[in-house]
Amino acid sequence: MTIDWTWIADHSADLTALSLSHLQAALSAVLFGLLISLPLAVVAHRVRALRGLLLGLSNVLFTIPSIAVFVLLLPVSGLTRTTTVIGLTVYTLVVLLRNTVEGLDSVPVKTKEAATAMGTRPLRVLLTVELPLALPVIMAGVRIATVMAISLVSVATYIGDGGLGQLFTDGFQRNYPTPVITGVALTLLLALIADALLVALQHVLTPWTRKRA
Amino acid sequence: MYELLVDLGGWLTGPEQWSGSDGIGVRLLEHLQYSALATVVAAAIALPIGLLIGHTGRGAFLAINLSSFGRALPTVGLVVLVFLASGLSMTPVYVALVALAVPAIVTNTYAGMAAVDRDVKDAARGQGMRWHQVLFQVELPLALPLIMTGLRLALIQVVATATIAAYVSFGGLGRYVFDGLAQRDLVQVLGGAVLVAVLAVALDLLLAGAQRLLFRHRAPATA
Repeated sequence: MTIDWTWIADHSADLTALSLSHLQAALSAVLFGLLISLPLAVVAHRVRALRGLLLGLSNVLFTIPSIAVFVLLLPVSGLTRTTTVIGLTVYTLVVLLRNTVEGLDSVPVKTKEAATAMGTRPLRVLLTVELPLALPVIMAGVRIATVMAISLVSVATYIGDGGLGQLFTDGFQRNYPTPVITGVALTLLLALIADALLVALQHVLTPWTRKRA
Repeated sequence: MYELLVDLGGWLTGPEQWSGSDGIGVRLLEHLQYSALATVVAAAIALPIGLLIGHTGRGAFLAINLSSFGRALPTVGLVVLVFLASGLSMTPVYVALVALAVPAIVTNTYAGMAAVDRDVKDAARGQGMRWHQVLFQVELPLALPLIMTGLRLALIQVVATATIAAYVSFGGLGRYVFDGLAQRDLVQVLGGAVLVAVLAVALDLLLAGAQRLLFRHRAPATA
């Protein structure tokens, strides 16, 4: 199995376009996942009765094979980017929801009580005390979800999307390894870069955690 | 939507789906076989690594980054790659499933071992326990709940992903998903997906039950 370097050189424009489209699908999914899981996590954190239900439900969603999720969405959104993003969002939910709930749980009760005693309103306590303190655990979830979404985009190749995943079907059908190897390598590279950027972002967002370092 | 559910119910309960060499029963057993073998192989690789890293405290950085790397590996790409390299066999599927399961088991095993109280380990050593006694009689039992969590997580992911065996022309419940996809038969795809999800949840509940049964004598964890 040898790599055909001239193929890579000839297709550098395509590879760049596929990488960008791949990244766009994964990042949109994480963003939508966050928008959905943040309010749900606050509810799950406050209302004990709903906690098991929400976490259990997201666990069940996680067990449905990703290819099936994409296909099931076809009657709703067709062979479009929307289908890809909705499908991926479903998978980011389980990690994002669990980590956000755990992050909120990890905030000491006394800290919240102190904020309330100082006259801070509940919404402000949530936004300025609880969420910032929960940020390290939430960010850990965002990192896992992002890497997972980047690796999962390629499954959408079966519904005609899939970013770099198109290189896998291409190589499979033509019995030609170069696109497959290139696709795997570029996926790993994207995941690596995205993860490094998120670590940097967390470093900037949580200055208080690095004082002792 | 309602019509689809009725069709699905009919598909799942139709006697012709359950009988024969390509019936649901046979596909279910194939799926179980792929998943079980992949998880056992992954555990045989990942458990010693996780235990060793947790016990010595060395190599944790490498292990955690390596498992993040494993999570980024696209399963479809891996299956196709190994398929092109080794030809038509179950090897590509097993390689991909094991690669998927190893990171989850390593990280959770390591996390379990790292959570064991230092004082407890020191006390065990102070009593004259050898390193293997500390590992197997103190650290391992204390880390077991988290290790089990890792195994359950790995199994769920493997069961959901074993669907891919059908992509390279093998059996398992993925047959319904990929055949349905080729025949534009949504009910069949949906049926396959439901069966995979039910299998994954059932196995997870079974392991959770076994875990509870094994550790019922133990006081609830205070972690």
